Amino acid sequence: MNVIARPRAGEDFTGEYSVYEPHKVGLPPLGPYFRALWARRQFLYELARTNLRAQHYNTTFGQLWLILNPVMMAVVYFTLVYIIRDGGRGPVFLAHLMLSLFAFRLVSTAISRGAQSVVGGGKLLLNTAFPRLLLPLEAVLESFMTFLPTVAVYAVVHAVLGLPVGPDLLWIVPIIALMTIFGAGAAMFTATAQVYFRDLASFLRYFTRIWLYTSPILFYAEDVPAKLQTILYVNPMYPMLGSLNYAVIEGRTPPFPLLAASLAWALGALLAGAAYFISREREFAIRL
Amino acid sequence: MRSASENPAATVEGGGLPAATGCAVRVENLSVTYRTTVEKKPTLKKTLIRLGRRERIIREIKAVREVSFEVPRGAALGVVGVNGAGKSTLLRTMAGILPPTDGRIEVFGRVSTLLSLGVGFKSELTGQENVVLGGLAAGLSRAEMAAKYEEIADFAELGDFMDMPMRTYSSGMYGRLAFSVATSMDPDILLIDEALSTGDARFKEKSFAKMRELCGEARTIVLVSHGLRSIREICDEVIWMNEGRIAMRDDADAVIDAYKEYLQVGESEVSDEDV
Repeated sequence: MNVIARPRAGEDFTGEYSVYEPHKVGLPPLGPYFRALWARRQFLYELARTNLRAQHYNTTFGQLWLILNPVMMAVVYFTLVYIIRDGGRGPVFLAHLMLSLFAFRLVSTAISRGAQSVVGGGKLLLNTAFPRLLLPLEAVLESFMTFLPTVAVYAVVHAVLGLPVGPDLLWIVPIIALMTIFGAGAAMFTATAQVYFRDLASFLRYFTRIWLYTSPILFYAEDVPAKLQTILYVNPMYPMLGSLNYAVIEGRTPPFPLLAASLAWALGALLAGAAYFISREREFAIRL
Repeated sequence: MRSASENPAATVEGGGLPAATGCAVRVENLSVTYRTTVEKKPTLKKTLIRLGRRERIIREIKAVREVSFEVPRGAALGVVGVNGAGKSTLLRTMAGILPPTDGRIEVFGRVSTLLSLGVGFKSELTGQENVVLGGLAAGLSRAEMAAKYEEIADFAELGDFMDMPMRTYSSGMYGRLAFSVATSMDPDILLIDEALSTGDARFKEKSFAKMRELCGEARTIVLVSHGLRSIREICDEVIWMNEGRIAMRDDADAVIDAYKEYLQVGESEVSDEDV
């Protein structure tokens, strides 16, 4: 008799045999969930690519805009700081500002695109069973892809100003990775919250502004007076942007406390964001 | 979930557990209850205002209540019922999109869904891009989708529209593309919700033929429709749902006749197509 064992039962989304039962706890079985997520990694890349193409980033002017837009923002903020500080900032500050601003935007765009990811994927959610975590992750990939050209812009400024080039520059890779992970965790959080509160995105704009102004971007961390230091310490951007500055602008190994804090923020955000998202995602089809 | 994982291996054909033989979908004592807000677009602002007034607007909707049935492999099961009877919820739960509140669903085989909204979740992307993305989300690889794409495009007969943004499509074109995608996925079980009503007469004929072909290959079809003629033509057995419960289950003619009597509509063209 031809008896073939079926694959392990569970909600693995594509399986030959699936069982759907109420979850006693908030999270579905994570093994099959992440296997199904991994099996769909091509979806991430394909959606990010087509979305960027739909925004005309495959045309010459589109790509030019990807470079022009961050440069103009940097110019705007540099002018602002130059006037406020009575011209007291030199060209190295411009490098600091550009680097920090571009890195900040990597995280903030991940968060704002992430907020729209689930609500914007309505039809797909209502028709197809798949790990919903793909949607905020795609938003993060998209913001990472638009971040990459700004690295080239910064590299030019770095070279022109003759800032240090050495092995410590390589710290940029793990630090940007941590910032992306932090952005992913935060994007999962906003993606979920946006389902329940559709006006979140408009509040988010103001929040992002305040966050930008309280992070060491338009000023150096050392400029912050002692009585306001707490603002730095509770800001996840401080250790991440601080490390980046040490490594890239000063060409030094970032101090361990900053690296450790960055790692803690990134992993904490990822775990909390993913847990919140996955425990809620089965409700999305009802709420949309 | 635990009990499911501990379930011993089932068999493909014959032998092994009797439960698995010849059964494509088993629904046991299924209830689906939503707790949802009355608002279409819930916002933080409104929530805060309501908190101030101590109002609560959470509504409980019992969409499906203690429903049990089995669909044998190769069968075509129709589901009829008035709007809001729980048909679409039942189908979405069988597809794994909505979570059951109580009870259990077992699905033996790969499921492809053609639910009322069809494909095309990003209207600014082209038909082709949407088809590929939908397939990738459903778990197929890019190579598999490339292989299927020609077949899908041919069956939908949309010509150059495949390279146009989907916002330029008519609802009939949406429906055709959705049907082509769902039936091209090599499903063991095809769940269709109200998708045939949008196509023109010729495409309808073509999709009937395709569904009969799938049934012939021992694929299983569950069809939710208000088009009673579609149900009568395709389905062997029909479930009539009313207020979340199964009101009747019998062969197609018996259920449809009873259902028509309940609706108090006679044998007319209108009742056959649009009830």
